[in-house]
Amino acid sequence: METLYVLCVGVMTFSGVFLCLRGRTFPVVLGLMMLGYAVNLFLFSSGRLNLDGAAILGKSEIYADPLPQALVLTAIVIGFAMIAFIVILSMRARADLGNDYVDGKEPPDSSMNSPSRWSSKK
Amino acid sequence: MMDHLPILPILIPLFGGLLMLLPPFAGVERYVNRRIGTTLLCVLHIVATIFLMNSVSENGSMMYAIGNWQAPFGIIMFADPLAVMLVLLTGFLGLASTLYAFAGTDREGRYFHPIMQFQIMGITGAFLTHDLFNLFVFFEVLLIASYALLIHGGGKQRTLANVHYVILNLVGSSLFLFALGTLYGTTGTLNIADMSLKISTLSAREQVIAEAGGMLLLVVFGLKAAILPLHFWLPRTYAAASAPVAALFAIMTKVGVYGIFRVYTVIFGEQAGQLSGMIQPWIWPLAILTVIIGTVGVLASPDLRNLTGNLVIISVGTLLMAFAIRTPEATAAGFYYLIHSTLISAALFMIADMIGQQRGKAVDRFVIARKVQQPALLGLMFFVAAMAIAGLPPFSGFIGKLIILQSAFSDSDKVWVWSIVLISSLLTIIALSRAGTTLFWRHAGDRDKADKTAVSYWQIGGVSLLLIASPLIVIYGAPVIKYTGHAAQQLHDLSAAVSVMQLKGVQQ
Repeated sequence: METLYVLCVGVMTFSGVFLCLRGRTFPVVLGLMMLGYAVNLFLFSSGRLNLDGAAILGKSEIYADPLPQALVLTAIVIGFAMIAFIVILSMRARADLGNDYVDGKEPPDSSMNSPSRWSSKK
Repeated sequence: MMDHLPILPILIPLFGGLLMLLPPFAGVERYVNRRIGTTLLCVLHIVATIFLMNSVSENGSMMYAIGNWQAPFGIIMFADPLAVMLVLLTGFLGLASTLYAFAGTDREGRYFHPIMQFQIMGITGAFLTHDLFNLFVFFEVLLIASYALLIHGGGKQRTLANVHYVILNLVGSSLFLFALGTLYGTTGTLNIADMSLKISTLSAREQVIAEAGGMLLLVVFGLKAAILPLHFWLPRTYAAASAPVAALFAIMTKVGVYGIFRVYTVIFGEQAGQLSGMIQPWIWPLAILTVIIGTVGVLASPDLRNLTGNLVIISVGTLLMAFAIRTPEATAAGFYYLIHSTLISAALFMIADMIGQQRGKAVDRFVIARKVQQPALLGLMFFVAAMAIAGLPPFSGFIGKLIILQSAFSDSDKVWVWSIVLISSLLTIIALSRAGTTLFWRHAGDRDKADKTAVSYWQIGGVSLLLIASPLIVIYGAPVIKYTGHAAQQLHDLSAAVSVMQLKGVQQ
């Protein structure tokens, strides 16, 4: 179970970081979400992984640490709010700046694969 | 009532901000009500903090267990002299920024004052909390308020700066959580004082993990404080923000610096065994390079707002040097410098805005443009602020830099601190005098008589409040230095915090 868990966190962090480094806002927002998921899983595991553990005394043989669960809940709520904000902000940036690049302007070599090039040719 | 004093500076802006979203204050046309309300709230915040400060200096540090859950299990608010001092600074800065905003910034949107209150609440909470996860929560509170404040008023530049700022800080928040998970996983606690007790008992293998967590935290605080490789966002963001917002943001980098002081003095301090001083080999070069890059930025800035942003970076580097010396004396000197640099850089942001509003399209860029309308008033303010920030007597920058220089006692420290601080001060003076010459003396054509751009009394009031504080902390230098010395002593004295919270050492 630990290996699977570690792989999940690792792959998600990897994709999150990769997407965050992209040039357009949409992949970056997705990347931030991925990072958020990875972080939540990671925080959850800081109380050690165990099966069938109760977080309440007197209910089970094995106990799970309740604190990371509370922390993850908080982190999920905060992360959700922040993602909502950045989604709205990137839509606003698309409207204000006229493109969806994080830097606010199209890179010089982007005309090769931009959809507008194909539409203008028609 | 006195028991609840440590939580009051957080509750006042929280409930005040919420109240200001409700009928007597909400609505576009009721801005006068909002102005009266927000001024009252700022004053209340300051009064509560002063009461707290009195109580702390008479009876020693106070702790407040939220919901009466005792340490180390519950969330603890811990009011020690350092935290209270910074909260007072925040309140003061908040009042000055709010007054300045009355000149018109607050009417660009309906929610300026409530968001400002939430911002003050977030910063206050970050200073007062003694629980690492709660610190994260307050960081998020102050960040989301700052996102909204930064874009307040709209415009292309602000949107662009805000996109960068938000993305960067969201990545920073993820790193913060990774660091917290790592530290909680090894030490099993989130209370800062408790963690400092547990950290020395870790096995060698756990120490490696805790070290990784600690270094991750340095990255997070470095991002907030704008330390060298993570400082690129700062000048642009601060230049894009409206003047009162940029002025309030001057304390936000100090939140990062405060985090470094708190975490690496208390958790990874002298008692931490193998892990004590683990960031020492990193912090020296980072501090020195931050000052150098800030100085280069000051020389290269195209306008006064960018220049001030780079001055903020220099002040962060200087503070890190004071931290890196790692004696209570140097820490005390750093705190004095922190108060001074926050106040003066905030004032400079406001002055840049006032100069900009009288120079037409040139704004505050260093180019030949029309003459400013009130050269005597603005010139005097700029002169005072420039003298203070460059560190010339008789203003507070001189004392601040002097006591930092004095606190470097070993020979190698002396060489680095003295040369870097003095050279950077000299270059700052050159850059500032060049800036002042261009802004005030090199102008073309007559001023346009048609548009009335005289600065309002609110603006003058806000700036003077900050500028007057500079000579005041020189005149009352002895008590201020004594207080910062006391604050530094308390920060380094771990056993006091442990006894206040009635924590049990692991030896038992």
